[in-house]
Parts: sequence; C-alpha cells; structure tokens
Amino acid sequence: MASKFTRSNRVGWLMAGPAAFLIAAFVVLPFIFAIILSFTNQRLISPNPTEFIGLSNYEQLLGVGVLSLEPERDAAGAVLRDAEGVPSYKALRSYTRNNPEYPQFDGMREWFSFQQGDNRTYVLARDVVFMKAIVNTFIFVIVVAPVQAGLALVLALLINQRLKGINLFRAIYFMPVVVSIVVVSLLWRFIYDGSSGLLNNLLGALSFGAIPKVDWLGNPSTALGAIIAMSIWQAVGFHMVIWLSGLQTISPSLYEAAAIEGSSKWQVFRYVTWPGLRNTAVLILIVITMQAFSLFSQIDVMTGGGPLDSTQTIVFQAVERGYGKQDISGGSTISVILFVIVLSISLLQRWLTREKN
Amino acid sequence: MATIASDNRGLRLAVRYAVLILIAVIFIFPLVFMLMSSLKPDQQLLNDTGSLAAFLPVGDISLDNYSDAFKRAPVGLFIFNSVLVTGVTVLLSLLICSAAAFAFVFVDWRGRELVLTAILATLIVPFETIAIPLLLIASKLPWLGLDGLTFGWLNSYQVQIVPFIADGLTIFLFVQYFKDLPGELIEAARVEGASWGQVYRRIVMPLAGPVLATAAILKFLVMYNQYLWPLMVVQEEGYRPVMVGLQYFFQLNRAWGEIMAYLSMITLPVLAFYLFLQRAFIASIASTGVKG
Amino acid sequence: MSLVTRQSTLDALGLRTPTLEQPWTKDEFMDALAKAKASGKYEFAFDPGTAWTGEWYPYAFSPFLQSFGGDIIDRTTYKSAEGKLNGDAGVAFGEWWQGLFKDGYAQATQDPADRDAGFNSGKYAFSWNGNWAAIGTLAAYDDVLFLPAPDFGAGPKIGAASWQFGVSAKSAHPDGAAKFIEFALQDKYLAAFSDGIGLIPATASAAALTENYKPGGKLAVFFDLSAKQALVRPVTPGYVVEAKVFEKALADIANGASVADTLDAAVDEIDADIEKNGNYGF
Repeated sequence: MASKFTRSNRVGWLMAGPAAFLIAAFVVLPFIFAIILSFTNQRLISPNPTEFIGLSNYEQLLGVGVLSLEPERDAAGAVLRDAEGVPSYKALRSYTRNNPEYPQFDGMREWFSFQQGDNRTYVLARDVVFMKAIVNTFIFVIVVAPVQAGLALVLALLINQRLKGINLFRAIYFMPVVVSIVVVSLLWRFIYDGSSGLLNNLLGALSFGAIPKVDWLGNPSTALGAIIAMSIWQAVGFHMVIWLSGLQTISPSLYEAAAIEGSSKWQVFRYVTWPGLRNTAVLILIVITMQAFSLFSQIDVMTGGGPLDSTQTIVFQAVERGYGKQDISGGSTISVILFVIVLSISLLQRWLTREKN
Repeated sequence: MATIASDNRGLRLAVRYAVLILIAVIFIFPLVFMLMSSLKPDQQLLNDTGSLAAFLPVGDISLDNYSDAFKRAPVGLFIFNSVLVTGVTVLLSLLICSAAAFAFVFVDWRGRELVLTAILATLIVPFETIAIPLLLIASKLPWLGLDGLTFGWLNSYQVQIVPFIADGLTIFLFVQYFKDLPGELIEAARVEGASWGQVYRRIVMPLAGPVLATAAILKFLVMYNQYLWPLMVVQEEGYRPVMVGLQYFFQLNRAWGEIMAYLSMITLPVLAFYLFLQRAFIASIASTGVKG
Repeated sequence: MSLVTRQSTLDALGLRTPTLEQPWTKDEFMDALAKAKASGKYEFAFDPGTAWTGEWYPYAFSPFLQSFGGDIIDRTTYKSAEGKLNGDAGVAFGEWWQGLFKDGYAQATQDPADRDAGFNSGKYAFSWNGNWAAIGTLAAYDDVLFLPAPDFGAGPKIGAASWQFGVSAKSAHPDGAAKFIEFALQDKYLAAFSDGIGLIPATASAAALTENYKPGGKLAVFFDLSAKQALVRPVTPGYVVEAKVFEKALADIANGASVADTLDAAVDEIDADIEKNGNYGF
C-alpha cells in the first residue's frame, strides 16, 4: 500500500531507530563478538594479550576419532578371553596418551564403543563431557517438545469445557508459569530428595512400601528424567493457554455440522479440531524447541551437570566454561555451536511444516 | 428414564471435577509446601517433609522465619530493585517496540524489510549465547550520570534495564497484531492530513490494548524472574534484584525456614498480580499468540 | 576443619580417641567407620559434606589427597598435575574415596538440609566440617569432640583459608587506606570479629581475647589444628580451573566412574588450561 501518504523514510527510521539500535548493540554486536572470540584464546581476566588461535577451540570441543582394535591373542594366535568370554583388548590409554604412532588421538577419551564380531570399535572424543552435553540436550528437546505440547493440548481440551468454576482451574494450571524456575528448582529438590523427599514418600504410601526409595537426582539414569518432568510441570500451563486460544478460534458452526452428522468424539477431534489447530501446533512446537535448547537454570540449581554428566547441557557447559572457568573463548565457541544447532533445527522445522499448497 | 440419565450425568460431572481437581493438586502442591514450610521452624520443616504435614500448617507456626529473613538480607531493598528494574524495562519496552512495529507495518521506508528480517532473525539467538560477550561489552560502556561520564555499567540499574528494552519477541507480537488492524483506517487518517505521531497515538495505540497487555506480562515475567544475567553483572548489594539476593541465604548457616520465607516473599507479589489480573492475563496471551 | 563426633560415640564403638600428636591412621579411621555402620544406629557412618558443591570440594577433600601423598598440582613447578593427581598416591586416594560411597559409609548425593542438620540430629556418626559450624554442634550436644584429620600416610592435612585486606594500586588515598587497615587489625577488633562469626582470629594475642579461642576455650583446638595440619591450596591463578576440575573428578568418582580414567582426564584438562594460558606466568 505504498503511496505518498505512507512513504516516509524519516519517520520510519525515527520510530524504528531506537529499537534497531538497541538490538544491534545488545544482541547483534555481542553475537558477532562471540564468533570472533571463538577464534581466540580470550580469558575473562588476563594480563596476557589475546591471540588468534584459529579453529583450535572448535577442535578442542568437537574433535572425534574412531579406533578399531583387534583382540589380544596368545602365542598360538587364539583370542584371549576373560571369564565371561569377552575378548580382552590392549588398554585404550596406551593409544591415547603419548603414543607417537597415533598423534591424532592424543588426549582423547572413550565416548562409547561397540562390538563388531571379535573386534571392538571405539569412538573417541576430545571433550567427552561436551559430547554428553550435546546428547543430553537433544534428548531433552526430543522428549520435551512432543510431551509438553501434547500434555498442554490435553489440558486445553479439558479446560475447554463449559463447567462452573473452570476458570479457577485454568488459573491454577497456569500458576507455575509465573514462578521463577529458580524457585521451582529449589522446591523440587525437596520433592526429589532420595531419603525423605515428598515424591518417594508419596510413592511409598501409594504402594504400601512396595516401591523403594529412589535418589532421583543422584542416580545417573533418573536425573535427566526428573529434570524433564519438572520442566514440563513448570511450562505446560503456558502452552495450554496458547492451545486454548487456538481451540476457541475454531468456528462453532463446524462443531454443529459434525454433531448433526453424528460424528464420534474422536472423529470430531480428528476432522474438525485438529486441522483448525495446525497453525497453533507449529507455533507451539517451534517455541518449545527453542526454549528447550536453552536448558540451564534447573541444572545449575539442582544437579550441577551431574551425576556422571547425565544432566550436562550445552548452555550449562557454555556458562561453566566461560564464566566459571573464565575461558571466554571456550564459552563463546560453545555459544556459536549452539546457535548453529538451533538455526538448523528451526530451518528444518519450518521446512517440514511449510504450507504444502 | 429421566432419573437414570440425570444420575449418570451427576456421576460424570463428579468424575470430571475429580480429574480437574487431581490435576490442580499436582500443579499447586509445591507452592503450598513452600508457603507452609515458611511458617515452620527449621527442624520441624525438615521432619515434616516425610509426611502430609508438609502441606499443613501444623506444629509450631509463626512468622519468625520472615522476620529472620529480613535480618539476614535487605529483602525490601531487593524487592524494590526488582520492581524498579522490571517496571522501567516494561514501560520503555512497550513504547520503543510498539513504535518500531508501527514503523514496520504502516510506514513505507527504505530498509524496512531488511531491518525487520534482521530483528526477527535474532529470535533464534538464545540469550545464553550472548551473555558472556555482553558481559565484556557492558564492563566498558560509557554512561552519563550524576557523577558525569563514567565507564563500565556493572553494578548499576542501567545494566539490568537497557539491554532488554528492545527484543525480537516483543516486536514480533506488535507486528503481528498491527498487521491485523484495518489498514484503511490509517490510510484515511493520513489522507486527511494526520501526522504519523497522531496516527500512532490517537488511532493505533488505543486499539492495542490486548497486545500491550500480553507484551507487558511476558516482559514482566522475564525481567522479574531473571537469574543468570544479574548474577553475572550485579554483585553490589545496593543494586541486587531478588533472584540474586537468594545467594545470601545459601552461605554458611543455611536456614531452610528463612529460605522458604524469602521464596514466598519474592513469589507472592507475582502470584498476587497474576491472580488479580489472571483473566486478562490469560486472555491476552491467548489472543495474540496464535495467528501464525 | 576437623572430624566431628561425640565422646559417647567413640565409647559406644570402642574406639581410641585420637590426639593431635597421634591421629588415627587410615586403617583406624576405616575401622571406626565400619564399626559405626555395623552398629546400625546411624543412617550413614560418615558425612563428608557432598551436598556443599563448589569450593568446599577442593578445600575439604584435597587435604585427604595430600595426606595420601598426592596433590592437585605439582607445587615445585605449578606447570603440571601429571603424576601428582593421577600418580600412585592420587589413584590410591581415588580408590579410597570411591570406596567410601561404594561400601555405604557416605552418600554421594546429599540433600543440603541433611548437611546442615544431619549430624546435629544424629544421622551421622562422624562429620567432616569446619569451625564455622562448630557453634551449632556445640549447642546440639554436650560431648562434642573435634578430632584431628586422619593420617593417610603423608601426615594429616586440613584446609587453610583466610581473608585479607588489600589496597588497590589505583587507590586515591593509599596512606589513609593503610592507616585504616592498621587500625582494623588491632587485636580487640580481630577478637570481636571472631566472637561475632566464629572464625579463627588471625593472631595468637587476639585469640586470647576471644570467647572461643582463648586457651581452654571451646574452639581452641581449631587453633592448634590449623597451626599444625593446615596446608593452603595451590597458589596460582590456574587454581580457578584446577578447583573446578578437581571438584568434578571427585563427584564423578563418588558416583562410580573409573578412578584412573577420571584422574587422567582431570590432569589433561588442568595441563591443557595451564598451557593455554602461557603457564600462568610460572
């Protein structure tokens, strides 16, 4: 609608200028800084001048290697096995520490390994903790995105009934959203406590003592799950409200038409409700995914990345490295890697959910 | 026949309410625990976590933890700081972001598409990725204040406010909302000779109630509950907001009763604000969230 | 810091009371823990304080490592941790540390509330804690003992820490600042400081003026412990990273990770950081 009356460079820049300037200074500039810093060895406080070190930080974080070992054999050439029949192999340490034949593996550690017949293949990584952080973050995102979105939808459908006092329930379900995640994490530490936590007590009472006490945050196999559950608890109300609004924009005449045709509840949902929610679904999924990649505060307050790195996340590593260990360049490198991951996922999501006309 | 049907309905209604109530309990019990624990002395608090007494105001109930919390840390000051920082940021944000969105939607100017795309692109950048370089930048910025020109924004109010005034999400919300407003209104006003300022003030903003509310609420929640940034940039007691003030309670001689009291004190204002306005709250978030 | 317990506990378990001149050996200490566990009266025999993540880990637990003969870093050069953290002594320490949790004497994950109140409410037989927590324990029991650290082979060691006053090189009033510091360091103020928060006063003369640290005072034992057993943490700017790496290694070992690999990884990280920073000036 460009006309003489709507065209005005001066006004345009005047009104958008402050916002543009602030964002340039406080988002774009630090971001560019992060990229530049990732190629240096900048520290938070240091008398040494900063030097460019190229891709060294990236190599340090992302370096991986693969090593396939044959089993040890005795003098006759037969494979040496231990008591359970598992072949024995030369210690990995001998390849990764001070071995001149394998300089590319120097300093790497085992990330995981698998058997291939009698041979064992080791995948090595230079920073195993960071690899675990990436894996954990992805697990978190892959679990939280559909589960949180799905639960939010279920809640929205529940709240969408015309019952007396339904607004009170809506208000209560939304309440955790306004509470700080730090406060929530502290409270849930009490709930998850291994010896006298509320959750253990509840499970014990419900099962009359059959279910044993679990150290939710101290057990590597349950810690991440515990954090996932708590995070969903805190945020689901927000997405419930967004689903609700999507539900309420579906024209009631469509429902009437379905009722007239005698459709079952499931058919109504599938053919009337769900198509109308498509846009909402896309929005919600994208927002949850991006938020999930930033997982930090809960980890900082509850587990500190442990136990045994089972709750390490990308952002936690970035802060630990950049702020805790004062290695600004390392922290910046992780930030850049995070951005690339988030960007790729966002583009992928947009492509997958594009309007197929 | 009628009585059986109504019995059935009564039963189904009861079941529906039971489900709703059960879910409500799940969402509310930690907060109840927090509130009840804040009234109990430490030893009892810890003992009660083993039973239902954790949710009941039983035993030695008093407001001692609250008064002790005030002795341990300047709670009032922290709350004041948080409210000040949050309030100023929200107001400035509404003004500056709505003005920018107005320019993007209604004014035709050179560079409009590019700047808007750039701003929306920043939506993907999580705050945590720029926190540390931003820390470096903030420690060197100039400021013209009552003492004249000083450098370094650490330990101040401006470091907590200025970086957050303009953000991609708020601008996005305003842009989406303004796009849905009838463009003819603006055209007509301009044809009649209204200045852009008048269009903004007299026509667009009065219609912007819902999005203003949504943006304000979202910004308020983000700013009040902030943890990482103030932790890094505000160490001086005078400028600390509530989340960082929490550290005072986790040093030696931790008193869990006081911690619960402090958590209650910093959460209750937000909860009260929310409950008081929750109808508008939820309605506004819902109304502006959807149009993809 | 000291090993906190009660006289009645030692009597009930039939243990010798260790003294500053004759602390417990490693075997005596493990025997004490075994007996405490066998008695069934305590939830856990030993409370090292694993709930206090952060600087507590290096401060409180590196003395054990040093008592085994290892260290966080080689203090002759401050350029590498190889051989000190992951040598024989280091590995021996690591396996002992892992054994504490594997054999059920202590908790690898601990609720912070248990750390603050556990010993005082009878949950643990022995607690490893500092003088700042002593007042609370003295209030809980009347037969509290502050025992010296066990000797794991290279002499008993405890952590040492202090607060310092400093004047910035850019100060506009260095003389005035120095005069203030002189004023503030008078014995009567050091004593008042100590009485107020329970920390050890910096001079013996100030100690004589305090409630707790004067000869015969309730906490006077800490003064002697500090004098005889304390070892400061590594004096290097690299300590920032070393502390975090050490803390993580201990937490991982407590949770069951392989001792040798964990210590090797820790050494690698410390050495890499030192090299990246030009040896921190050493």
